[in-house]
Amino acid sequence: MLYREAGDFKTSYAKDNQTFPIRFDRWGYYVILAFAFLVVPMVINDYWASAVLLPFLIYAVAALGLNILVGYCGQVSLGTGGFMAVGAYSCYKLMTAFPDVNIVIHVILSGFITAAVGVLFGLPSLRIKGFYLAVATLAAQFFLVWLFNKVPWFYNYSASGQISAPTRTVFGVDVTGPMASAPAKYLTCLTFVVVMAWIARNLTRGSVGRKWMAIRDMDIAAEIIGVNPLAAKLSAFAVSSFFVGVAGALFFAVYLGAVEVGEVFGIQKSFLVLFMIIIGGLGSILGSFMGAAFIVLLPVFLKNVLVGSFGWATDLAAHLEIMILGGLIMMFLVLEPHGLTAYWRTIKEKLRLWPFPH
Amino acid sequence: MKFKLLAAAAAAVMAAAPAMADLTIPALNYRTGPYAPSGIPYADGFSDYMTLLNERDGGIGGEMINVVECETGYNTEKGVECYEQTKGQGALLYIPQSTGITYQLIPKASADQIPIWSVAYGRTSAVNGKVFEWVFNMPVTYWDGASVAVKYAMEQEGGSLEGKKIALVYHNSAYGKEPIRTLEALAEKHGFELLQLAVDHPGQEQKSQWLQIRRERPDYVFMWGWGVMNQVAIQEAANIRYPMDKFIGVWWSGSEADVVPVGDGADGYKSLTFHGVGTDFPALQEIKSTVIDAGKNAGDGSKWGEVGYNRGVYAAAVVAEAIRTAQEMTGKSDITATDMRDAMENLDITDARFEEIGLGGFAPAVETSCAVHSSPRLAAVQQWSAGDKAWTVLTDYMEPDFEVVDPLIEEDSMAYAAEAGIEPRACE
Repeated sequence: MLYREAGDFKTSYAKDNQTFPIRFDRWGYYVILAFAFLVVPMVINDYWASAVLLPFLIYAVAALGLNILVGYCGQVSLGTGGFMAVGAYSCYKLMTAFPDVNIVIHVILSGFITAAVGVLFGLPSLRIKGFYLAVATLAAQFFLVWLFNKVPWFYNYSASGQISAPTRTVFGVDVTGPMASAPAKYLTCLTFVVVMAWIARNLTRGSVGRKWMAIRDMDIAAEIIGVNPLAAKLSAFAVSSFFVGVAGALFFAVYLGAVEVGEVFGIQKSFLVLFMIIIGGLGSILGSFMGAAFIVLLPVFLKNVLVGSFGWATDLAAHLEIMILGGLIMMFLVLEPHGLTAYWRTIKEKLRLWPFPH
Repeated sequence: MKFKLLAAAAAAVMAAAPAMADLTIPALNYRTGPYAPSGIPYADGFSDYMTLLNERDGGIGGEMINVVECETGYNTEKGVECYEQTKGQGALLYIPQSTGITYQLIPKASADQIPIWSVAYGRTSAVNGKVFEWVFNMPVTYWDGASVAVKYAMEQEGGSLEGKKIALVYHNSAYGKEPIRTLEALAEKHGFELLQLAVDHPGQEQKSQWLQIRRERPDYVFMWGWGVMNQVAIQEAANIRYPMDKFIGVWWSGSEADVVPVGDGADGYKSLTFHGVGTDFPALQEIKSTVIDAGKNAGDGSKWGEVGYNRGVYAAAVVAEAIRTAQEMTGKSDITATDMRDAMENLDITDARFEEIGLGGFAPAVETSCAVHSSPRLAAVQQWSAGDKAWTVLTDYMEPDFEVVDPLIEEDSMAYAAEAGIEPRACE
C-alpha cells in the first residue's frame, strides 16, 4: 500500500535513475541519515562508539572496497588485511611527518597511497584469475605484514614496533588520540562512510561499474565489445584499495589508536572482510553494510546477552559465540546463497504486493 | 535488523551493570584462543585469591571485591571493548594481560584516570612515573629480564661473554621485540654476538628458526615466547638436541603448559621468574581448603600451584595490598581509581608483610614511589625437572644491569613524552 512506485511520477531522467525509486525508501534513507547525524551523536558514549559503532562503520568501508573488487569486478582478493595495513602505516607516517595538517587529508592521502600499492599487486590479475589470483593476493598480504614488521622506518624506530596515533584535530576538535570524544570520532567515521558509500554507489552504476561487471561476467566477451581489461581490472584494484586504505587509516587512527601489524592486520582480517561481503551479498552496496553489521554487532550482542544477562562464564560464552556465529553463517548461506541483501530484496517484493498478495 | 540488534544490545548492557559499591577489579582474561594455555592458570589464580579474601575476611576493609571477568582472547579489539564496557562500572585498576592491549590502554586509561598495572609485560619505560603517571610495570620489566638473563649466562661462563653468541627467539610482536634494544646494548658492552630469530603469530611453525640455530650453534638461546609458541620451541630445541640448560626463557615462557607436552626432552630447561614456585605457602593452602575444596574456584581447580596460577595469586596479592594501602591513606573503605593510583605509588610490601599474608618468601619486597613505577626489579632463574614434574628456583633474585637499562628507560620514556605532548611531573 505504502511501498510502491505507483503514483510517484518521475518527470526527468535524473529522477528516473535515482538510487531509491520508491518514495518510502527515499524517506527511510533520509530519516536514517538524519538519525545517524543528529540523534546518535547526542546519546553516544564511549562504549557504543568504541565497541559497536566505530568498528561497524570502518568495517563497512572496508567491505565496500572489497565488494567493488570481488563483487563487482570478480577479482578475488585475500590481501585486504595487508592493504588496510598500508592505509594505517601511511596515515601514521603522514601524521607524524606533517603534524599540523588536518587528519581528514591524511586519511584521504593514505587511501591514494594504498590505491597505488593495490594497483601494483593487482598486476597479476591481468594474467591469472580465480583461485590463482587469490593466492597472488595472499602473497601481498604476507609480504606487506612482513614489510611493516621488518623495516623500522615504518614505525619510526619505536622499541616495540607498535605505532600509536598522536592527537590530531579536525576544525579544532580532537579526533584521534586519547582525549578524542565519542561523538567526534563517530561523526568523522560516519562522514567518511556516507561519502564513500555515495561514491561507490555512483561508480558502480555508471560506465566504470558496467565495465567491471562485464569483466566479472565474462572477460572475453567484455573485451570483444570494447572493454579494456587492463583499465577495468586495474581501476577496480585502485578504487577498491583506496576504500580499504581509508578503512585501514581510520581503523588505526580513530578506532584503535595503537596498532601492531601482525595482530591487527593479519590474514584473519582479510578473511573477516571477505566473509562480510559473502554474507552480506556480493555486488551490493547494502550488502556490504549488512555483512559488516552481522559480523561486528552479533558477537558483541551475543556476549552481552550471554555474559551480561545470563551471567554465564566468559570462556563458555566466547566459545558459544563462535559456534552460534558459525551456525548462523551456514544457515543464512544455505537458505540464501546470495547473502543477506537477497532477503531484503525478497522483503521488498513482498512489500510491494502487500496487503494484496496477487 | 541493525536497530533491533542495537536496542537489544543496549538493554543487555544496562542489565549487565552491577552494583557500584564493591571494589571492582576488571580482569581482561583470555581463556580462549591460541594463548589460552597461558591465560587460564593466571585467570584462575587471580580470581581464586580474591575469592579467598572475600570468603575469609569479607573482602578488604569491609568492602567485597568484585572481579569482573571479560574475555579478550588476547585480541586487541576485544580488549578495547572490554575496557570500554567495564570502565564505567567503577573500575579501580586495569591489568591488561597483553602487551598489545597495554599499549592500547596507556593513553586511554591515562585520559580516563584509571591506573594500569602491566604485571611484568607491556611498555618497559612505564617505569618512569614522571612521564607515565597512571601506568605501572611491576615487579620487573622485559629489559630487566634481558639483562638478568645475560648476567646469568655470564656467571655460567665464568664472568665473560666475549666472543660468545646468543640467539633470541622471539614472538614477532610488540611483546617479543621489547628486549631487543637492551640485548643490543648489552651485546655491545659485553662483546657477544646477538642473533635475532622472529617467530610469527601464533608460533606453531619454527622449523627454519631452529635449523638456523643448529647451523649457527649459539652458546645460549633466549626465548620471548607465549602460548603455543613456547612448547613448540622447546620441542624443536629437544629435536636438534640443543643443551636445555643453555636455553633460557623469559617468565612467560616458563610454565607447566610449556614443558609438560615435550616430556623428558624438556628436562633442564630454564626460565626467569619473579615469584616462588610450588604450593608450599600458607595462602595457597588456604585457597585449596577455602576456595577450591568448597567449589568456589574460578576454573576447574586443576591449575592450582602451577607457575601461571601462582603468578595470578601474586598479582592479586599485590592488588589487595594496594587497595589496603589506599584505604589507609584515605581513611575510607570505598576508594576511587585515583586513590588506587596514589596507593600504587606508595606501596611498601615488606618481607614481613608477605609473611603475614601467608606468602612468606614467595616474592621479594616491593617498594614504589612517584618517580619509580616498578619494584623490586629482580628476577631469578628456575629450572624444570621432567622427572619430578616440578620447577625449582636455582638462583637468588638477581639485579639487572641498571647502568644499561635505566638510561634506555629514560630515553624511551622521554621520547614518548615528546610524542604525546606530556610534561613530566616533578615528583617532589
